[in-house]
Amino acid sequence: MLLFAALAPVAATAAADAEQVVVQDPYLEFHTGPGRGYPIFYVVDRGEAVSLLRRRTDWIKVRSDRGREGWVHRSQLERTLTPQGEQVKLAGPAPESRLEHRWETGLVTGDFGGANIVSATGSYALTQSLHARLDVTHLLGSYSNGWMGTAGLLHAFMPQRRVSPFVSLGGGIVHISPKATIVQSGDRTDPAAYSGLGVRGYLTNRFLLQAEYRKFVVLTSRDDNEEIDEWTMGFTYFF
Amino acid sequence: MDHGLHLLLLSAAVLACGLCPPDALAQAPVGEGSETPQVVVPQIDRRDVKPPRIDAENFEVGAFVGTIAIEDFGSSMTYGARAAYHFTEDLFAEATFGTAKAGRTSYEDLSGSLELLTDSERQFTYYDLSVGWNVLPGEVFLGGRRAMPSSVYVSLGAGSTRFAGDDNFTLIAGAGLRLLVTDSIAAHLGVRDQMFESDLLGSKKLTQNLQFSVGLTAFF
Repeated sequence: MLLFAALAPVAATAAADAEQVVVQDPYLEFHTGPGRGYPIFYVVDRGEAVSLLRRRTDWIKVRSDRGREGWVHRSQLERTLTPQGEQVKLAGPAPESRLEHRWETGLVTGDFGGANIVSATGSYALTQSLHARLDVTHLLGSYSNGWMGTAGLLHAFMPQRRVSPFVSLGGGIVHISPKATIVQSGDRTDPAAYSGLGVRGYLTNRFLLQAEYRKFVVLTSRDDNEEIDEWTMGFTYFF
Repeated sequence: MDHGLHLLLLSAAVLACGLCPPDALAQAPVGEGSETPQVVVPQIDRRDVKPPRIDAENFEVGAFVGTIAIEDFGSSMTYGARAAYHFTEDLFAEATFGTAKAGRTSYEDLSGSLELLTDSERQFTYYDLSVGWNVLPGEVFLGGRRAMPSSVYVSLGAGSTRFAGDDNFTLIAGAGLRLLVTDSIAAHLGVRDQMFESDLLGSKKLTQNLQFSVGLTAFF
């Protein structure tokens, strides 16, 4: 074991308790809480160093050299430098980063052929416009309940615009269990395919509102296939 | 065999040391030799500057306990878990999962031994996903010495309630108060109205199930 320790190459810089950055703005404003409404109670001058302690949404708690702790907005810290003189990069959404996101997840609700639905959706951006998407839906109807899992592709037109339409295509499995009190038929699980049309809009740089219409064709084991319309509305958030 | 292993490791160590940048050999001796100017080979040690890695504490996870008034079935204790993700200082998404045991309807009480629901059907379980908005962020003061960041929020969501052997689509409207007791721990006080359509008692009606709860969550 000691031998392996000797083999280890020059060790990575040991994680300090907190990262230190040097203020480059004329001053840095400390708020009493992580929000724009909280008052500024302390100010740090240019050239002083602050330690970064924790982060909540766009706010970062810092400690000044003199031990004062307060919350600073991320945008104020972006112009600070590390003690070595390198510019600090703090991950945060900017209008340009809209198209850099990859993973998206969200919740939609709506109507599936008369039944109410609650659906969780997730997608991965393969390119700027093309997303691979997965939905898990809980069907809650008056006559039957069920589950649905679908996977597919989503193509957004003009993704760099604030509001962009999209088309979707995919398939999945629909499981319906009729309510015993009303109808007397067994549970059924059928494959289904869908094609859809919708519109997405950015509410903030990471938060999207989405409305979609999907036409489902459920490939039943009976002679006729079922055609079901799905209307949904919801939100997604990208990471 | 042990000996052989030792030998192997030792030779590997020597090899590795040999591969390490030889600091001693890099610097040519300065001042030695008269004719040719000594060239010092600078040993530039480029330090890996990593961008600061501060954990964003946007996730909130915790539990709650309270009272729910299930329409027609009396009031019962409810408890469950909640998780939230904060997008910005104003907006967040919240997932709740809870359970309660419904009591008896007044019809069942008055008619004697008639039971509308079996014991397992009285289990009232719900989950929902909602979006919340911090309407009134601020700071509250407890006594003379303690100040805590707080926020009054409203939330709207959709989910499902399993009751009386049926899954019902539920709309949830709620409001609450979040107190940041410390930087990572929050106390919650909240009311919610879970609305779903039910035809248990004959006609189809929209039931309102009001809930009042207290909870504790941690940010991480």
